[in-house]
Amino acid sequence: MRDEPLVYELSRAGRKGCSLPKPDVPEYAVPEDLAREGLDLPELDELTVVRHFTRLSQKNFSIDTEFYPLGSCTMKYNPKVNEVAASNPGWRNLHPLVGDEYAQGALELMWRLQEGLREVGGFAAVSLQPAAGAHGELSGVLMIRAALRERGAHARKKMLIPDSAHGTNPASCTMAGFVTQTIPSGPDGNIDMAALRAALDETVAGIMITNPNTLGLFERNIEEICRLVHEAGGYVYGDGANMNALTGIFKPGNSGIDVMHFNLHKTFSTPHGGGGPGAGMVAANKTLAPYLPGPVAVKNGDGYTLEMPPKSIGRVKAFHGNFGVLVRAYSYLLMTGANGLRRVAENAVLNANYLKSLVEDVYPVPYKRNCMHEFVAKGTIADGVHTLDIAKRLIDYGFHPPTIYFPLIVQEALMIEPTETESKETLDLYADALKKIAMEAVAQPELLHDAPHNAPVARLDEVMAARRPILCYRG
Amino acid sequence: MLKAVGASSVEEFFSDIPEHLRIKGLDLSDGVSEIEALNEIDSLAERNVQTKKMDWFLGAGAYYGYIPAVVPTLAGRGEFLTAYTPYQPEVSQGTLQAIFEYQSMAAKLLGMPVVNASHYDGATALAEAVLMAWKAKENRNRILLPVDLHPEYSQVIATYCTSFNIEFVQYEGAPESAPVDEDTAAIVIAYPSFSGEVYPIKRAVDRAHEMGALCIVHADPLMCAIMKSPGEQGADIVAAEGQSLGNPLNFGGPYLGIMGTTEALVRRMPGRIVGETKDKVGKRGFVLTLSTREQHIRREKAVSNICSNQGLTMLQTCIYLATLGKQGLREVAKQSYDKAHYAAGLIGGTAGYHVRSSQFFREFLVETPKPAARIVKTLSRRGIMPGLALSRYYPDRPNELLICVTEMNTRAQIERLAVALKEASK
Repeated sequence: MRDEPLVYELSRAGRKGCSLPKPDVPEYAVPEDLAREGLDLPELDELTVVRHFTRLSQKNFSIDTEFYPLGSCTMKYNPKVNEVAASNPGWRNLHPLVGDEYAQGALELMWRLQEGLREVGGFAAVSLQPAAGAHGELSGVLMIRAALRERGAHARKKMLIPDSAHGTNPASCTMAGFVTQTIPSGPDGNIDMAALRAALDETVAGIMITNPNTLGLFERNIEEICRLVHEAGGYVYGDGANMNALTGIFKPGNSGIDVMHFNLHKTFSTPHGGGGPGAGMVAANKTLAPYLPGPVAVKNGDGYTLEMPPKSIGRVKAFHGNFGVLVRAYSYLLMTGANGLRRVAENAVLNANYLKSLVEDVYPVPYKRNCMHEFVAKGTIADGVHTLDIAKRLIDYGFHPPTIYFPLIVQEALMIEPTETESKETLDLYADALKKIAMEAVAQPELLHDAPHNAPVARLDEVMAARRPILCYRG
Repeated sequence: MLKAVGASSVEEFFSDIPEHLRIKGLDLSDGVSEIEALNEIDSLAERNVQTKKMDWFLGAGAYYGYIPAVVPTLAGRGEFLTAYTPYQPEVSQGTLQAIFEYQSMAAKLLGMPVVNASHYDGATALAEAVLMAWKAKENRNRILLPVDLHPEYSQVIATYCTSFNIEFVQYEGAPESAPVDEDTAAIVIAYPSFSGEVYPIKRAVDRAHEMGALCIVHADPLMCAIMKSPGEQGADIVAAEGQSLGNPLNFGGPYLGIMGTTEALVRRMPGRIVGETKDKVGKRGFVLTLSTREQHIRREKAVSNICSNQGLTMLQTCIYLATLGKQGLREVAKQSYDKAHYAAGLIGGTAGYHVRSSQFFREFLVETPKPAARIVKTLSRRGIMPGLALSRYYPDRPNELLICVTEMNTRAQIERLAVALKEASK
């Protein structure tokens, strides 16, 4: 594939990709002390813009073009109807400050989505404010902080985090003023209960649990964990990153979790967009619901209003959440429904177990249990070959690599999440590729070391990028 | 498939879940067809007022601007829409180069050496900027905030900073008169202020620097196309809402948090950054970089918990800036400026109304003869949304209306607004 120049390199003086109507009012001079001279933006005609960004798009792997089994990221099909639903001018042209009476349709959609998510999670109330999973986590731990302070438990500063957790969990705790203590996993891949008991003292604020955890395993002791943490005076935060394994099968709220976020861009199929925007709604039981971030949509008779929960931690962003993402999630919820949500979990888990059974003879799976929606295998297939090499070689076979080197507790980890929307045929092809790569690793390891061979670029020098950063165009 | 796994039913896979916690089903309706779903959603969408169907003068942090047709068409391509965070750079060069181009254009616009790949919105970018500055000035604990800052932004800053012992001091009026002292970690300057006032910031920045404090500017990025950028006036950190650069209103989100800083502070800046590098045969390529700041590497020691960027809204802004370019963006800004000043002239000349802003860009504050909320109600019945009644946020300021004029407003609309305001004063 040929190099695509930067927009600045395509620029030619005097060109413009879009024109405005002729001015219909007199000109007013910008005062001299405020006026800006010059503006170094590129100048392109419309067709050049179209070709440029179309060509750039063709340098991406995406769900629409390739199988994309990134562990914990839930790269499942994002139905096109959701895009149509979200592009309605009634949403696109709706100003956030029009006032409740002029936005009844939007508030009703928010309320219905809140109600639906509340039912799926088994919680008392939901806020759609957070803009991402990590943003939901921050909201949740701030809620725990607020509840502790109201109890006068200011000294409870310790948040327990399993060693398999996402990096956002400890980082969110730091932003909420907590200190973290890592709880190791036991030989079965679940939280080590003895270590948990030992950590539960009078300084404990709570625990953050991802269930199923990042090994793709259900925390079998979830009820016991919640009971112990509550008895010790702490709260339980649930990280819902992996909720597509459980919809319609298990409600986290029933197991004792106090507050939890769902990633609507994972479980509810809104597109990842090359990094966002997501939506990280947060749900809570009766105890913590008053602290939810706001505003939230409330039904009053036949109408809807936006209101702050009584003891709210406040706003976590301007306006009312990533509304455009919420429309897509609501569209998905409508079309999937109760029956469909259960099938989501069944197919996610079936696909993962099927794929695991195809490759585990070649790629060792450290925990011998049924997995949920994903599994972690090891890239220890030949001397001198690493997980990174396997990942890059998969690109040559037309597949996006799995998540690699995570979770940190498995060496040479390959974290594979096929998702519920993939067919058996795709899973078979992927397993075949993994097996072929394992043979190549022995017979022709340089094929792996030099991979990818067919991508727009070869392996990039990331060390140089960080040592001598070039962060914008310097023409 | 079950046979291959050696299972008799899907139920077996869920055997780790205690039986009494396994539910029979959800209390929701069953799924519906595409036709039914769209009918349902469209009927909800119809129950909202739309900018396009009225004469629209409401801004206050969310702006009705023109979005060229190429913007959603290109940003909506499945290859952009359904890609993940570009952790595998060889198959993500499209996303990575687009981020690099966005970083480059936004940096030039704001006059900053570095802009990152974006935050959730302008408010969270500003809150993160405050935390960044506070951490950078270890022995200083005071942050100066303008009174005239978007109230929702102030609320987000309060939420983000609640766990830290930061002393917030509010200042009124021009930032150069703010009480910066040796305990001040940073001063926040709103450029323009919530009510539209544009203060030159150079002197305030110089004073902050003399006192050893950092200067955070919350800027309107479109304004920077025709007015001095925060960077050329010495800002250390810039936070901005990028919605009006190519993103629809969408009832408040998803928007675009633009954040920029200096080379000296870049390793303290939260949020993804893309950098240029080479592959092993010397070909140019782009990667996520400086990731030792971030949560997936540093966990509890990371500079923030942020783990995403507003990929698609950033891409829309990237395409918007490339399409309008040097001339087009200045035209959008200048037309907004001219139309706003034309409107202010007409309304200021209407009996009972006083324009309170002296220097402004596209938004100005008007004192009204009757409660602004009532005027909004009356005019909206006639198809005019005249602006934001400040009483929404400040009950003690009933007679103030914040009016916004963009390139979308025609002269005829502006004149209708002036006439309607005159009639409403009777």
